[in-house]
Amino acid sequence: MKISFAEGLAKAIYESLAADPRVLLIGSGFMGLNNAARAMLDPALKDFSERVFVTPISELALAGAGTGAAIAGQRPVVDLSTGSFVFQAFPQVVNEAANIHYMSGGQTEVPVTFYALAGIRGSGAAQHSHRPQAMLGQAPGLQILLPGGADDAYYLMKWSLLESRNPTVFISHALLFEETAEIGPDFPMPPVGRARIRREGRDVSIIANSITVPRALTAAGVLARDHGVSAEVVDLRSIVPLDRATVLQSVARTGHAVIADECHRSFGVAAEIAAILAEDGLASLKAPVRRVAVPDVPIPYSPPLETELTVTAEKIVAAALKVLGR
Amino acid sequence: MQIVDPAQRVAAMLRIRRFEEQCIQLARAKRFAGHYHVYIGQEATAVAACAELGPDDFVFTTWRNHGHLLARGAAPGRMMAEILGKAGGYAGGRSGTLHLAVRELGIPATSALVGGSLPLATGAALACKRRGSGITVSFFGDAALEEGASYEAMIIAAVWRIPILFVCENNSIPPELRKRGQFTSSTLPTTRLADVPESLRIPTEVVDGADAGALADCFHRLVGEMRRDGGPRFLEVRCTRWPGSFPLWPELPCGEWQVAWAFDQKPDRPDLAVWLEQSDPLVLHIRALAAAGILDQRRIEEIDARVRAEIADAVRFALDSPFPAAAEAYRHVWATGEPIS
Repeated sequence: MKISFAEGLAKAIYESLAADPRVLLIGSGFMGLNNAARAMLDPALKDFSERVFVTPISELALAGAGTGAAIAGQRPVVDLSTGSFVFQAFPQVVNEAANIHYMSGGQTEVPVTFYALAGIRGSGAAQHSHRPQAMLGQAPGLQILLPGGADDAYYLMKWSLLESRNPTVFISHALLFEETAEIGPDFPMPPVGRARIRREGRDVSIIANSITVPRALTAAGVLARDHGVSAEVVDLRSIVPLDRATVLQSVARTGHAVIADECHRSFGVAAEIAAILAEDGLASLKAPVRRVAVPDVPIPYSPPLETELTVTAEKIVAAALKVLGR
Repeated sequence: MQIVDPAQRVAAMLRIRRFEEQCIQLARAKRFAGHYHVYIGQEATAVAACAELGPDDFVFTTWRNHGHLLARGAAPGRMMAEILGKAGGYAGGRSGTLHLAVRELGIPATSALVGGSLPLATGAALACKRRGSGITVSFFGDAALEEGASYEAMIIAAVWRIPILFVCENNSIPPELRKRGQFTSSTLPTTRLADVPESLRIPTEVVDGADAGALADCFHRLVGEMRRDGGPRFLEVRCTRWPGSFPLWPELPCGEWQVAWAFDQKPDRPDLAVWLEQSDPLVLHIRALAAAGILDQRRIEEIDARVRAEIADAVRFALDSPFPAAAEAYRHVWATGEPIS
């Protein structure tokens, strides 16, 4: 069956609530400012209202309460709303949830999910456009899921709510809500921690995640149509765990790598992938890698300013041509 | 730990005091390196609270956690081994004193961040409400109320009406007694800390942390109310800081505490003598029991000898325990048991 990204989220939340009475919704936004997507969540909020907790705007304590409920045997998902608001909750996410299993010497498990709609979403300006995933990647103990398609919006959310045994940050993206994919028995999910090859190619590997996945696929289409270039698109799906092997194998086949990521350029996800290729993939590379990432400036409000900084299909095409020497 | 007679209460309080004294001496002997906080002078609070708790209840504590764990029944040897960073500790040397936790005793995670544990405790109380059994006791110091996390946690507890007992052990140093170079104290614009939760319509009480009898009555009543009616509740326990906890690193003024100080002798240092007379829950409780003819000095000395032997065994266990192998640094990052990244 074909579903949208937003439908995938709503379906995963509904099915998880139905499957396990320990699943709790702390906060119930999930869909941001999108009214059509919000309506998709209504059945879950209605049918499981006793497990939906109305919340004050207290991100710090909500993240902590989700963590505390998880260590006490529940499986909560905490809606932190916008990705930038992860910072309001940061101490509880990175300094409590991430550390508890380790600090307890393995006594205590923390199956909590923190959900946020992160990214450059259109006039969010500097305080509502953050992609906190690279910063969170510096907190060992946190799983970080980054669905780049509707299939993974569904599968990864369901896995996090029903199966994960560790604290998880689920990074959603408002501009992915209309993306569609097939799910069902004919479309098995790769295990969490395994990247997907979204499109196979011979000439260049485009390593993408979250919102840059559909843009990389668009870029690959343009490269094939207009430039005769066969581009492979690797969707990381999660950055913790990170599927280094699939990245290295893809680049071993193509010999060229473009990394498309919506974090800031410095110290971002793309920087980590570039480091992996430099350490373990240098022999495969026929040219230096290129990062297509967001310049190191705060995100401005005005559309042309925002667009200037955004990772677009056009920028990915240009980077691919550059690494190929065209 | 259930308390059924006065001798048990004295033993439970003494066990904490003797443990902490050994902790200070092991630190001074450089058997462990990290900073640490002792519970001397506050023993009656943990003992009274934990006496009311059962296996379904959760306890959340702070960096000053040794007393709460001992009162809940943790093994002093495994605690001390953890403090020394040894393999025999509860976390195999990963937590040290700061994050001591014993999941099987309902102490699943200990945050050493000021105010950090209140949100966690709130979540555990939500779990208690969901499953229809148990309450959560959240211990913290006065400085926790300087952190926004505490205010947010109390809002959530009040909105969700969950069974959580916030216990603020207020051992702040009065401004006129503060000196440079001491360990820090809170700087709050109110001296009645129960004012803060009262503004959120959380029922509050204030009790004397030196009065073991009053604390026992108070926790018995509050825990009973919460088991019947839910929560939250807030209790401010007014403690007077033990002179040994004024310095940046704890010290034993005049050596180990002596049973005779509760009877006919007193220490040389005037500040300690005043504290024992007015604020030591152990001295005051023993005197009350002696005055009522319940326990005499000889009986207290016997209890103390047993406790000292138990703590000596714990120290020996900790010293004898090996340090963890270096490869242990990589274990327990993930609950799945294997590296996933």
